[in-house]
Amino acid sequence: MFVIVKYFGMLTEVTNCREETVEFSGQFISELLDELFLKYPNLKEKQFQVAQNQELESFDSKLTSTEIVLMPPFSGG
Amino acid sequence: MDRYNRHIILSEIGQIGQDKISAARVLVVGAGGLGCPVLQYLTAAGIGTIGIIDYDTVELSNLQRQVLFGTSSLGQNKAKSAKQKLQDLNGSINIIAYPKKLTFKNAIDLFRKFDIIVDGTDNFETRYLINDACLITEKPLVFGAIYKFQGQVSVFNFKNGPSYKCAFPNKPNDDDIPNCSEVGVLGVLPGIIGTMQANEVLKIILGIGEVLSGTILCYDALTNQTITIKVKKSNKEIKNVLLHSKDFNKREMNDVCKVEDFEASIKEFLNEENVQFIDVREVYEQPKIEGIPITNIPLSSFLENLDLICIDKKKAVFCQTGIRCKMAVFLLNKHHITNCYSINEGASEINSYINKPQKSKINE
Repeated sequence: MFVIVKYFGMLTEVTNCREETVEFSGQFISELLDELFLKYPNLKEKQFQVAQNQELESFDSKLTSTEIVLMPPFSGG
Repeated sequence: MDRYNRHIILSEIGQIGQDKISAARVLVVGAGGLGCPVLQYLTAAGIGTIGIIDYDTVELSNLQRQVLFGTSSLGQNKAKSAKQKLQDLNGSINIIAYPKKLTFKNAIDLFRKFDIIVDGTDNFETRYLINDACLITEKPLVFGAIYKFQGQVSVFNFKNGPSYKCAFPNKPNDDDIPNCSEVGVLGVLPGIIGTMQANEVLKIILGIGEVLSGTILCYDALTNQTITIKVKKSNKEIKNVLLHSKDFNKREMNDVCKVEDFEASIKEFLNEENVQFIDVREVYEQPKIEGIPITNIPLSSFLENLDLICIDKKKAVFCQTGIRCKMAVFLLNKHHITNCYSINEGASEINSYINKPQKSKINE
């Protein structure tokens, strides 16, 4: 299946894109993240949470949406 | 009252609502990019008591987005300067300026004096402190944070809702500090996000509409896209904070701030001979320091370049705002390199000291 991955904040500086479509055959969010970490080794160093269906999910949740958001915490003010 | 007429004629607010606003006590932590619009609108709305806590002083580069300040405010404490401006906007409310740092020691007592806490700070250390203190004192937290062109708004600890730690349980590493003053920010963005925070404050006070409790709203100024993300409450995270509430005021600011003993002003070093000046900013950052020899060791590749450090000299370490250099000094100490000082002044201020006539350096 194809999954749209959206990146926010400083993550876009690691991936050089705000959004991309990736092909994915696994089941869990963690598996998808592992594939993204292979593609962007520096992503692993960053803190972020994952949301699907407009809700934060733990990494060990099943992927149930065709779109996920990688959201880091922002600190600026 | 004429002043609040446009509120009062709204059926959702009325005189009763305006009286609630007048009775409310709101603490704004940080009078920077976010704090300025929050303070401006809350003052105009007639919040009865507004507290402003900020230890920082107004710098020229703040004026691009921190709209309460003007050229005449340069060098002044932000809390005091903001109070002065706001008191002119609305003299009938009580504004209290706290020109100091929010710490584990003072947070609990301070928060107890207010009904709602607004987070307009610029670092994770203080954000996590605020979250925990809000949990302990049972105050709703109106959260706002920005990065370059994007912002996050939410309300935490509201009516049993989730806390900031439920969304982001782990405080990011402090060598990863993405600070506006260092990475840049679109000036209007904190205006938008701060105004949204002020809106949440008013909804909480008035009990109208839907409060962003348990939902993080993310706004992108470049695409005008807004997404909302729901946060699940984590009883584990909340319990963990409350469990340690007794020791809260004994907690120390983390490593970055533990180097306080080694903080110094650039003035102490400019006339000394055996000093190595170390710039830990990234190579592209401006302004460059002119007039004294500088060793450039960007923080991003700091540990790989420890061989550039002159062990036998005093080390005066500086950056853009005085935050990253603390991290650098911490790292140096950790590698048993001593005689290191983090310089309080940022690069542009350092330049202005270097270019002052010699006489004033001696006198200061």
